[in-house]
Amino acid sequence: MTKPADAFDDIPGTVLFDGEKLRQGYQLNKFLSSLVEADNRKTFKSNQAEYLTKFTMSEQQRDAVLKRDWPGMLELGGNIFCMTKLAILDGTPFQQVNAIMSGMSMKEYEDMMNAGGRPMQGIRSKKESNIG
Amino acid sequence: MQGVAPCRVFDQKRNRTLAEIVAGLCTSHVPLLGRVIDGGRTDEPYWQPIFKGYEPVKKWLAEVKPDVMIVIYNDHANGFSFKYTPTFAIGCADEFNPADEGAGARHVPVVPGHARLAWHITESLVLDQFDMTIMNEMDVDHGLTVPLSLVCGQPEVWPCKVIPICVNVIQYPQPTAARCYALGKAIRKAVKSFDEDLKVVIVGTGGMSHQIHGARSGLINQEFDNAFLDKLTTSPAELAQISHAEYVREVGAEGAEIIMWLTMRGALDDEVDVLHRFYHVPAMNTAVGNIVMQNAKSQKITA
Repeated sequence: MTKPADAFDDIPGTVLFDGEKLRQGYQLNKFLSSLVEADNRKTFKSNQAEYLTKFTMSEQQRDAVLKRDWPGMLELGGNIFCMTKLAILDGTPFQQVNAIMSGMSMKEYEDMMNAGGRPMQGIRSKKESNIG
Repeated sequence: MQGVAPCRVFDQKRNRTLAEIVAGLCTSHVPLLGRVIDGGRTDEPYWQPIFKGYEPVKKWLAEVKPDVMIVIYNDHANGFSFKYTPTFAIGCADEFNPADEGAGARHVPVVPGHARLAWHITESLVLDQFDMTIMNEMDVDHGLTVPLSLVCGQPEVWPCKVIPICVNVIQYPQPTAARCYALGKAIRKAVKSFDEDLKVVIVGTGGMSHQIHGARSGLINQEFDNAFLDKLTTSPAELAQISHAEYVREVGAEGAEIIMWLTMRGALDDEVDVLHRFYHVPAMNTAVGNIVMQNAKSQKITA
């Protein structure tokens, strides 16, 4: 049987945040979401590694957080809206996160956006794309 | 755009005793636009063209003076964590606090609810097979407060009551576009049977094309966005038939939230007049748009 979700498999450079991703990233996202509370932000900032021990996430997920490995967090089940909390805390512009995720420099990414955004040609389907 | 409140005609024709959705508008809810408004930077050259595109909406809304706005929006893991994900949730409280999204809550007024109408809508929707999650406490994030700022400016208190309806568009499986459209029709029916003379405006939020994760970050699809604005006016049922995967493909995984505009559209007549329409690229990562429409049978307003 073809699951409706299979229809997404052909779309390149896109993560479908489905139940599998939710389960994979649950503790990672629970940590990221905890940063919407001021007290938690303070505790995390004072000792990041120690704060992360409150969440039963994998070593890989912990490393990705500490290294601010944005593509890594995404790969390991991080939800993009949860990840914005960490970027906000660090004062990292989200365009920078997007530039890193798409393998561009900040300047290249900004120029692309100012010129009207990433063109649709070649990014609709994996059949016509090389961005995976 | 000039004109008068569309429902004054209704007032003259009959003694209104029931609530009515008199018009609808849709707008993007880009969080950065809220920060620009809050920081008093709307006149900066990069932002000015965007806010100019909202001036006619603000002026129109100030003339319409709705009693209530029903705002269809989504939360971005702020008011809700992933601990639970209601597909459709309705705010039934007397007020809703702006959410802390990681840098402290926005300094905007508390959002006043309309509990009695919200409960009435809930009852009507559930009897109509829409099994709503009832929210008696809920913080509202930029998905709701940025649209309010864009169309109401920076008042000390919001000019009308607000019923937030939160749609899950961030966790697969999302409701279909068709379901969002049908929800609009059910909301319209619900409002019509409320026994108080209330002027209601319905607001769809989100979009337009954008993706903010992965290798497709930064995609903008002007062709699809503009066709969407056309069809939202003339043939919304067609837009309701598009699958979630196709929305993701064409307007990005995050831009697919545009299905919430169909709830606004479902709450209006099949025939509508467009009073204002605006589209701009880019606002950092996002295409920004808005549209204002009212039922064609209502009093004409010159756009």
